[in-house]
Amino acid sequence: MQLPAPRGPLSQQVRLVLSGRATQGSMDWSSVTSLPRPADRILHDEDFQLALWMLFELHYRGFDSVDPDLEWDPLLIHSRGMLEASLESLLRDLTADDVRRANRAGGCFTNRLSGLIDELDGGSLATFLQRRATSEQFADFMRRRSIYHLKESDPQSFVLPRIDGPAKVALAELQYDEYGAGRADRLHAGLFADALDALGLDSTYGAYIEEADATTLAVNNVMSLFALRRRLRGASLGHLAAFEATSSAPCRRILSGIERLGLPAATARYFDEHVEADAVHEQLAIRSICAAMVEGEPGLADDVLFGAATCLRVEAIASETLVETWESHQLVEAPA
Amino acid sequence: MSEVPTADAQDVRTQACPGGPLLVRGAATWVDSDGIEHPVTRPVVAVCRCERSQRLPWCDGTHKFVTRTAPSVA
Repeated sequence: MQLPAPRGPLSQQVRLVLSGRATQGSMDWSSVTSLPRPADRILHDEDFQLALWMLFELHYRGFDSVDPDLEWDPLLIHSRGMLEASLESLLRDLTADDVRRANRAGGCFTNRLSGLIDELDGGSLATFLQRRATSEQFADFMRRRSIYHLKESDPQSFVLPRIDGPAKVALAELQYDEYGAGRADRLHAGLFADALDALGLDSTYGAYIEEADATTLAVNNVMSLFALRRRLRGASLGHLAAFEATSSAPCRRILSGIERLGLPAATARYFDEHVEADAVHEQLAIRSICAAMVEGEPGLADDVLFGAATCLRVEAIASETLVETWESHQLVEAPA
Repeated sequence: MSEVPTADAQDVRTQACPGGPLLVRGAATWVDSDGIEHPVTRPVVAVCRCERSQRLPWCDGTHKFVTRTAPSVA
């Protein structure tokens, strides 16, 4: 993948360092990161989100012509830490009431987590895709989703060595299913690539990064923020639980939208697989992973709830942004 | 003897999820209440217990909408 074009001073600085055209020493990060960035706008700040996304991507597939050792460059890690701190602080504020409400509801941890997820489960985007979306809008949805789904489940694999016991066993079991359960043709990221190909879209990893909006990048950055920091392992698995628990029914609606639009079988297959798979994963993630982890480490309970609430709040913002874009007839054309 | 479990049955483990499906591990097939065998294609499957799934015998998450409108009896 090529480094994406910058979208402001922060992503410009990151791009210059990654491409070797500026050295860390020549840059004044503090002036960049202290630019006035209202906390509540960070999720909509494409410069901020793209800068962070590029820094996280060094831990996944990296970029063509970027020195792989920059993944652990101390100054880049330090700079990323400043961006991560701003994002985490915003997410804590965004979800504080949700976590408080879940805890006030009481009951066992499984019930508190399930209750929080049920309360925040929106699903308006799936309903739009089911009933109203045009083929063009569906393709737009797939292009945005490709940023995550071409590396589906990869963030959570970073959490495996950071947990132990039954929760680790269950996470490995879930990931094994995500990674095709021993069959290369069932790798979920591969099924998504097939779904893109069938629609005539580009299934190359990172192909649509240039057109990814701030909220799409934020959805991805939140997963990396939680998965790459051991301290946030509880949030990462809470996020996973909310993601899986709100997937099965929406996939059914999206499938019905695919049928309505007469889209290809390979596109349907991806969502068809996820109706059943995620009905299983929901139970695994809530009970066998999160509840088991919290039993072993009770201090992680609030972070699991924080991660779950963050998943649903940020996803809702990204979905609303997408539907608003469509409704205002500002559909961005794919680059030729 | 019929009471001696087969090697297959010994390896099958089930876990009931309150208000939700039955998780089944290690099964090659699942036999539904009508005696029809369904091949198992993933390491863990969720068998529907609310009988409202559109994918019987497998869970498709429908129980959540059932229990939301009417308090669960499960």
